[in-house]
Amino acid sequence: MKDEVTREDRVANLKGMGCSRKRVEDARFTQGKGNYVDDIKLDGMLFGDFVRSPYAHARIKSIDTSAALEVPGVLAVLTADDLRPLGLHWMPTLAGDKQMVLADGKVLFQGQEVAFVVAEDRYAAADGIELVEVDYEELPVIVDPFESLKSDVVLREDLVAEDGSIPAGAHGPRKHHNHIFTWEAGDKDTTDEVIANAEVVAEESMYYHRTHPCPLETCGCVASMDKVNGKLTLWGTFQAPHAIRTVVSLISGIEEHNIRVISPDIGGGFGNKVGAYPGYVCSVVASIVTGKPVKWIEDRMDNLMTTAFARDYWMKGQISATKEGKITGLKCHVTADHGGFDACADPTKFPAGFMNICTGSYDIPTAHLEVDGVYTNKAPGGVSYRCSFRVTEAVYFIERMIEVLAIKLNMDAAELRRINFIRKEQFPYTAALGWEYDSGDYHTAWDKALKAVDYDGLRAEQAQRVEDFKAGKTRKLMGIGLSFFTEIVGAGPVKNCDILGLGMFDSCEIRIHPTGSAIARLGTISQGQGHATTFAQILASEIGLPADSITIEEGDTDTAPYGLGTYGSRSTPVAGAATAMAGRKIRAKAQMIAAYLLEVHDNDVEFDVDRFVVKGAPEKFKTMKEIAFAAYNQAIPGIEPGLEAVSYYDPPNMTYPFGAYVCVMDIDVDTGVPEIRRFYALDDCGTRINPMIIEGQVHGGLTEALAVALGQEIAYDDMGNVKTGTLMDFFLPTAWEVPNYETDFTVTPSPHHPIGAKGVGESPHVGGVPCFSNAVQDAFRPFGNTHTNMPHDHWRIWRTANELGLHD
Amino acid sequence: MSNKMHIKLKVNGKDEEFLAEPRELLIYTLRERLNITGPHIGCETSHCGACTVTIDGKSVKACTMFVAQASGKDITTIEGLGGPDDLHPLQTAFKEHHGLQCGYCTPGMITRAAKLLEENPNPTEDEIRFGMAGNICRCTGYQNIIKSIQAAAAEMNASKEAAE
Repeated sequence: MKDEVTREDRVANLKGMGCSRKRVEDARFTQGKGNYVDDIKLDGMLFGDFVRSPYAHARIKSIDTSAALEVPGVLAVLTADDLRPLGLHWMPTLAGDKQMVLADGKVLFQGQEVAFVVAEDRYAAADGIELVEVDYEELPVIVDPFESLKSDVVLREDLVAEDGSIPAGAHGPRKHHNHIFTWEAGDKDTTDEVIANAEVVAEESMYYHRTHPCPLETCGCVASMDKVNGKLTLWGTFQAPHAIRTVVSLISGIEEHNIRVISPDIGGGFGNKVGAYPGYVCSVVASIVTGKPVKWIEDRMDNLMTTAFARDYWMKGQISATKEGKITGLKCHVTADHGGFDACADPTKFPAGFMNICTGSYDIPTAHLEVDGVYTNKAPGGVSYRCSFRVTEAVYFIERMIEVLAIKLNMDAAELRRINFIRKEQFPYTAALGWEYDSGDYHTAWDKALKAVDYDGLRAEQAQRVEDFKAGKTRKLMGIGLSFFTEIVGAGPVKNCDILGLGMFDSCEIRIHPTGSAIARLGTISQGQGHATTFAQILASEIGLPADSITIEEGDTDTAPYGLGTYGSRSTPVAGAATAMAGRKIRAKAQMIAAYLLEVHDNDVEFDVDRFVVKGAPEKFKTMKEIAFAAYNQAIPGIEPGLEAVSYYDPPNMTYPFGAYVCVMDIDVDTGVPEIRRFYALDDCGTRINPMIIEGQVHGGLTEALAVALGQEIAYDDMGNVKTGTLMDFFLPTAWEVPNYETDFTVTPSPHHPIGAKGVGESPHVGGVPCFSNAVQDAFRPFGNTHTNMPHDHWRIWRTANELGLHD
Repeated sequence: MSNKMHIKLKVNGKDEEFLAEPRELLIYTLRERLNITGPHIGCETSHCGACTVTIDGKSVKACTMFVAQASGKDITTIEGLGGPDDLHPLQTAFKEHHGLQCGYCTPGMITRAAKLLEENPNPTEDEIRFGMAGNICRCTGYQNIIKSIQAAAAEMNASKEAAE
């Protein structure tokens, strides 16, 4: 009997790429030992909270803080006047605009921060807030961006010159005092010409409503200024801790080496925690003023009303085709409601994000996109809610336009997609709006999806259902929702992607310990994606040490290498690539050490799973564990001691994950209740690192898509009052409303990524929203529906049925 | 005379006694006064369930209960369900079946699930979905949470049978 360890055993022992490794994060989370920002307690810590505006547009005549300061436990009340001498009453936004930290003479949206009460605890702060007296003079409110562009009411006096002229903004000339920018991509003249001469043109206007990422944990921070050492430590729910450090340094004047930003465990982000918010600035100032640590934590209403809305795009499209359905041109105009300040979180050169991916998965020869950003009396934000910079809007637009065109052509929408897909051999494919898609095999994915759900069978069943409905045998319609999406993620190449001038590379630093375990630190930060689990898997495969022997650490700017953080599905495409590249540097040095130990030339050894072996003599080898020890205990000629590496990775291109989704829905026309009978999701995210985590990401993204498509919105009334400020009104699906999903995959690796991975966290949201929406719309197609706006809540579905005469 | 109330509680088996303002919320007591930070705050309106604890055998959302209402009662939080040396089967199952991502809802989710399985040791999928509908998760889409609860139920029933 011999107990031989096989090569397969050695591979399995690593728990490297491709296996469903259980998450190392879960022990602490399941035992209530996570460390979220609100769990942080420091000696003498104070609590800050905001007086917020009840009005959407008003001038502030006076603020009286005297009564509040009498409240036991209240230490200070900050207003714009206190911040002005520091130059901190306004702050720059990520979109090249500026934003009031505390109301400077007026307010522009309901819930805007007016004063910051600092107290010994939350109750005292709340008591203080009640007693701050603000005298407001109401101003006319504008909640409609189209009206805003015609209105005489000036929302931002600070952006109008003294002679009344309108200076250019960060993104070029402005057409009106409430206009922010016009952004264009593509060839307008040719597109107009193609559409004017086309055999078939379909047109549609659609509103992608305002919503909110609403992670279960709200935003917050703890600022602690150590006046003895001159060091500021800032813990917070930051999706980009290093960028926050740089921003804090730039606006506060504190040297960057004296600022330490720490993102502890984060309770979901989904884009909400990318931006810089007044709460952070006020906490820092309050800590400097009081000399004590200051905590600020949003409540849910603050969160929904003020930090980081998403979407709010009014999109108008034209799509042209031949009679046979070959698409010839696409035109899109967007009126983008950005609220009172332009605080969109996009790379600097992309004021409408990557909306110019709106040609989707289709070979469309000519296209033109124009986006107009507009100020209104709504909260600022415009973040990418589980998507990469407006890709959700782009994919929704094209996947609705395809459906509308199919109706116009009286053609099956699955077939229309198939004949227009970019073909496998066309990759790398340069789209009409400029992007170079790295790889794809859309036809294979589409055919697999349609076959899996028996698409033809479903259509036959649907036709029968329509007959039955007309015959009075049922009151339920059946909808088949299709979507095929291409994402653009992993921003991005430093040559065209930066945030506040910071190139969007990312990083990984590895230290191998003498006994053959390791720590790796990255510039990203997990918010539930399981980085500590999956990045260790990438490394295990690259350096041949078990994932269980590798600690992954993120989120502390004093220890982690500089990186741009986690959003836009960039962690795996960018930091994951950096991890692989740093691992390869380790391996290169290990190869030299191994060759020395084995007394052969460097090129005479090769890497095999967890060791270097002499070529042609596999019994002669040194394991990575042995090599690690040798790196620390032997003087090897020409090689420095130690085994460490760092990589800063600037990706040559974005990655383009894609997928094919099908949703089958029954809709009760009398109640408007949709029942999701089946949801099939095929994702191609390139190389798969951890199938269990991929599946979990898909389930979650689809559920957030269900929410947005079927009811979740931030709604305002005409006075600018937020109507959906609590979870009573803002729809978050429960286990009762969510179906079981079927997941599937194809694998088309990214050709330029070191391990071929593309990113997956946001795909299901991007592809899911149009799929759910298309299912609702498809159910009503036989009765003359071409398009209705989301969210398709019960009332709106009922109204659609009613308008189509189905209740008669 | 102080307007504070004399409160006595038992939390995770430990007796606690203190004076508190009548308006003090139980979640505040747990997190700020007793340093029990497993239960989280998600909504403050009873909708999300991140603050779920068990009080005298019932699942309760600690964000909307005054500590005065909990006086004299026996409270269990996630910290009382199991620790490194004696994990609750649900804690194991949630890890095994990827029933969590960011972890923020997890303490409330597991605390609620433990109560659900106590009330109904053999729940159907629909019964789990209905019984867990007071706990919101933004990350998982629930599918693996359901799987985790089913696995824990099977495990608990098997060890009960083995013990009998």
